[in-house]
Order: sequence, then structure tokens, then C-alpha cells
Amino acid sequence: MSETLTGAQALIRALELEGVEVVFGIPGGAILPTYDFLLDSSIRHILARHEQGAGHMASGFAHATGRVGVVMATSGPGATNLITALQDAHMDSIPVVAITGQVATASIGNDAFQEAHTWGISMPCTKHNYLVASADEIPDVIREAFHLASTGRPGPVLVDIPKDVQAATMEWHRAGELDLPGYKPSTRGHPRQVKAAIDLIQEAEQPVLYAGGGIIRAGASDLLRRFAEAANLPVVTTLMARGAIPDSHPLALGMPGMHGNYTATTAMQQSDLLITIGARFDDRVTGNVEAFAPRAKVIHVDVDPAEIGKVRTADVPIVGDAAAVLGQLIEELRTRLGDDPAPAREAWFATLRDWQEHHLLRCDQDPNGPIQQPYVIEELHRLTGGNVILVSGVGQHQMWASLHWGFERPNTWINSGGLGTMGYGIPAAVGAKAGMPDEIVFAIDGDGCFQMTMQELITASTEKIPVKIAVMNNGSLGLVKQWQQLFYNERYSATELGSDIPDYVKLAEAMGCVGLRAEHPDEVAPTLEKALAINDRPVVVEFLCDPDAMVFPMVTAGGSNDNIALGPEDLT
Amino acid sequence: MNHVISVLVENKPGVLARVASMFARRGFNIHSLAVGPTTDPLFSRITMVIDGPDMEQIIKQLYKLVHTVKVTEMVPSETLEREVMLLRVSADRKQRGEVLDAAAIFEAKAVDVGAATITFEVTGDPARLADFLELMRPYGVVDLAKSGRIALSRDAKNRNGAKPTLRSA
Repeated sequence: MSETLTGAQALIRALELEGVEVVFGIPGGAILPTYDFLLDSSIRHILARHEQGAGHMASGFAHATGRVGVVMATSGPGATNLITALQDAHMDSIPVVAITGQVATASIGNDAFQEAHTWGISMPCTKHNYLVASADEIPDVIREAFHLASTGRPGPVLVDIPKDVQAATMEWHRAGELDLPGYKPSTRGHPRQVKAAIDLIQEAEQPVLYAGGGIIRAGASDLLRRFAEAANLPVVTTLMARGAIPDSHPLALGMPGMHGNYTATTAMQQSDLLITIGARFDDRVTGNVEAFAPRAKVIHVDVDPAEIGKVRTADVPIVGDAAAVLGQLIEELRTRLGDDPAPAREAWFATLRDWQEHHLLRCDQDPNGPIQQPYVIEELHRLTGGNVILVSGVGQHQMWASLHWGFERPNTWINSGGLGTMGYGIPAAVGAKAGMPDEIVFAIDGDGCFQMTMQELITASTEKIPVKIAVMNNGSLGLVKQWQQLFYNERYSATELGSDIPDYVKLAEAMGCVGLRAEHPDEVAPTLEKALAINDRPVVVEFLCDPDAMVFPMVTAGGSNDNIALGPEDLT
Repeated sequence: MNHVISVLVENKPGVLARVASMFARRGFNIHSLAVGPTTDPLFSRITMVIDGPDMEQIIKQLYKLVHTVKVTEMVPSETLEREVMLLRVSADRKQRGEVLDAAAIFEAKAVDVGAATITFEVTGDPARLADFLELMRPYGVVDLAKSGRIALSRDAKNRNGAKPTLRSA
């Protein structure tokens, strides 16, 4: 029995069939037909205050739930405002589907009102994108978009739909078989390469398992831990992989890289084998690539073949899904070991323990001095037992959060790694909380980040999404200022924001949130407790922080990871 | 060093823009480019001459494009390569005979003759076209237009001396 639907109805039905429950977005002229039918759908629409915010919400939702986040916007400025969020999701391999309205087909190319070449603009910042030519295509395009966004190396997919296509009618049909002759992501690794990897692992004396965000995306955290235990391998977790193995695990070394801890960075640097899984040798991890881990052989497992050999040549390349390959590695190791234990590597583990003991991450809070950001982070961890989805913006607070928080579960650390998008924190927290309403979602934000996307707290209030935001107010763009202090002769060009304006408490209240403030170290814990007790509204807690504090450890940009500065004295 | 790659893509709107955009974004250089249909209307073939150097990364990035079905790096000794060139050469009445004689060696076709110029069409592999250009240069090259390179690998059976199989009707 045939059923005639408009393109807009078909779109909504196709989204429902994909299991979409929440859409973040803002309507406008060119997407009006779709928004009209959204009213009749079971899909919850969350009205953001800026399309960039809506895009980060979709990303935060995807981070927290592991499902595809969906964002909707109108043509022209709606679509261009989405671009930062799309590139952000692209860099961090986050599954997002963006639906944008476009001017009517007949107007395309005529510089019509609110026209932008969305397909062209979004091409380099999406995994794939579509301009839909007829309503009849919609079921297949939506099926493909969700498939592409969520399989292989995940990423954002944009579907641009002209207004007349949304209004046109079609005979409803479900999507047919996927027809993507050029898209066949590998899942299982080549068995010979898996054997070769185990050969190297068994011989290695100073191996390091270098775990990246691909582990989280593949849902392979449990397999990672089992493999690390079976093969007796210390594990570093990149900024995108925090929580992939519990930080409390004896094999966990924490985060390596530019602001990584001494042991994790140095372990990689001195290792003779890097077992790289779902990581991409980002410059923030390697420092100067020429000087990076000079003795290490490399096993590189990635679902994206283009990552293998892009930065560092792999001795054993394995193309495959992190979960599938980890399963194969565990299986092969079991066959190889039989009843024998994995190599003990006592000297290596003794060295690592020695580094850990001598390079404990410091959090020196002077009880009479200004609040130190790591102290706030550690107090929050203590009060919650770490049982929080932690979100962050980009900058010093992000580095401190990643360094000082003990992550115990995957998908509980949401931040912008690859693109480093300031302002990511608030909207990402809103998206995460919308997807995981029973979890405490706490964003650690900077004052610079907060001022970029704070209007999404209005979204949080009106949509009753009770997120908690800590504003680490140091009156400056802290990480940029840190570089000016260290490398630009303390010439602070355009990094002073001032800590008095705005009044964050009043601002929070004006946006329907509870506003709290802590000015002295002894107020930190009680204020956090107050914030944790409020669950019916969003809460903003301002911490008046040390304006001169700097993030250490630090490796200078382009410097070798052999030269880790543990404090400013090491850089002079 | 130049490399010739043949990229089989889905024949979808904008597929060339996707390939070109990827090259621009990644800083890869396209030396020449030709796009055309294949025997199957669902697919097109893009033949590119690329400066390299990192062919492995270029090929992998091409494969990342959803519409890329197959990428083949052509092996020069096993590849038929062709370009078409239109070359306008100075040739007044006194020179005309000499120029035409020289062109005849290359089987270049005179496709336009004016009072002071002759325009030749010449087809061949890139070396042949370069040779023809050098031969004509002393007469004075007025203008030149060249197609992108197209390429197909040689039939393996021919290389072994076997005769091509003819499909019976």
C-alpha cells in the first residue's frame, strides 16, 4: 500500500527509523517544512541559541552515548555557523549527522536570500556530504549518512536539503540496500600481521601500549585492559583516550605529550616498541617527530589506513577496528603463551615506578593563596568519587582536568582534542546531559571559553538540562598568556580578559541558572558541595583562580620529548 | 618524479570537486588531469599525473573519499599513455613546406592554416609530444593547448604474445 509523504515527513520518518530521539538545532526559512513535521514527531528537539552550540551539543551527545548525534540548521548563516562544530567532530572522529535546509533548487546559484554553498563549504570538514536532489532520495541518503557517520572511522556527515525538496511529495519507501561500492572499512586485522605484532611484543623489553581515541570510539576499553594485562604492557592514554583504561589500574601511566605527565611521555620516548591502537601520532603527543621515540619499533592499528605511515612509519601496520584487532591480539597471545606467563619486564616496570615516584603530579594549594585550578579538580573528584561525566573547554583548565582527574570509565571525558575549539565545554555538556540524564555532567570551563558559548546555558535552563559548569576565572586567556610569558618576553598582547566583568553569578542567574562563587581555597569544597546538591537547574560555579599559574609538565612546541619542563625554571 | 594514477570513481555530481578539494587541502600537486566516462555509466575514470612524493599517502587519502572505488598507480612500462596537443607554429609561405615536411614525420595533422601560421594536432605518449614540440620550436611556437593525460594498462595477454580474445557475437 503506497503512502504519499512530503520530503520533510520522509526525513523525519527516516530519522525515527534510525532511532533518533534527540535533535539539536535552530529553525529558519529554508528548513521550515521539516520543523513543521518535527512538531508531530516523537523526536525531542532542543532549541540551541547558536548553531555552533547545537553542533557541539550533538557532539557531546555522541561522546557520552556512543550514538550518532543529530543537529539541524537552516541555510546560509545557519549552515556556516555549524562549520566549526563539524570540523571539530571531524578531527575527533565523532559521529554526527547534520541536516541543513537549502534555498529552493531553482534559486541555487543565484545568490538567493540566505544562500550559501553549504555542500562546498562543508566538504573538507565532513567525512561525506550530500545535496539532495529529490524527495525520493531521502530514505537512502539518511540511511547512508548514519551508516557513514557511525562505521569505519566515525565522523560528521552533512545532508543539505533544498526547501522545495522538503515540500515535494514522494511515495514512501524504506531505504534500499546500501549502495556504496567505494566504502568498505576493514574490521578484522590481517592474521599474519597480528602474528607479527605478537612476535614484536614478546621480544620487546620496554614496550608501551599507546592508546588513542579510537579505543573509545570502538567501545574497546575492556578489551584494551584485558590485552594490556595478558601481555603485561604499560598503557598511556592520549587526551582523547582518557578513561580507556582506569587510571587506578597498575598498568596505566596516564596522558603523554606536550602537557602529559613525565612518566607517560618519557616511557614513550624511551620505549623499544610502541603498540599504537586508534592513535595518530599527533604533534601534541610526539613533539618533534624526528626526535620522537627514536629506538621504538611501531605496531600501528587503525581503522583508517591513511593514518598508518602518515607521520611515523609502522613496522607492523594493521588496518582494522580497534575492538576486532584487540580481540585477535588477545587470541593470538593466548595461543602463543599457552600456560606461560607474559614477559615480566621487571627492569622496565621498576624504571617506570621510579619515574612515577619521583615525578608525582603536584597540586600545591597554599591555604592563604589564590585558588589553584588542579585543587578544584581534585576536590571535585574527591567529593564525587570521580563518578561524573567530565567535560571541558580548551586551554589550561582542560590540561589540568585531563592530568589531575582519575578517569575510571570510557565516555566520561568529553573535550575538543584535535581542533582545540574554545567554547566547546558548555554546549558539549548540554548534549551529554541530554543523552545521559541520570549522570552528573560537570564541565570544567575557562573564563575565555565560557564567554564564547555561555548563551547555551539559556538552552540548558529552558530545556531543563541541569548541567554544572565550573568557571575557572583567571581573568585571561590562560594558555596563550602562558606562552607569552614563556616565549614572548612576558608581552601580554590581547590575553587579559579581566576577572571582574562579567559578574558570573549575576550572569548565571540571568540565564536561569544558579550562580555560586568561591574566592578562597577554603570555599572550594563547600561551594562544590552546594553545586552538587542542586539537581533541578543548571549551576554555574565561579572559582577566582590564580592568574599567574602555568600548566606543567610542558614540552615546548616543536621541541623534543626528551626535554620535559617540570616548571618555569626548566625553560630559562 | 611524475606518477600516473587512474582513479575509478562513482559517477556522482561533484566527485571531481571532492578529489580536487582533497588535493588542495593536503597540499598535493596535480600536474595534469583528465576525466571521462568508462564502459559502465555508473563510473568515471580520473587519470592524474602527480608530482608525488608521498604516493602511498595520496592513494590512501583518495580511498578515503567515499566515491573512490579503485586507485591504480600505473607502471610506465606496462601502460599506454596518450595526450593530445594542438600546436600553432609560425610558418609563412616560404617556410610552410619545410614545416609540413617536419610535421609529417610525426604524423601531425595540419588542422588550420593561416597566412602566417599552421596549427597541428598531434597525439601520442608524452615523450612523443615533447619531441614534436622541440622540433617545431625553432620555427616559432605561437600557441599551445594540451589535454590531460589518459592511460590504460596494457593487456597482459598481449604482452605474452597471445592474441586478444574476440568475443563472439
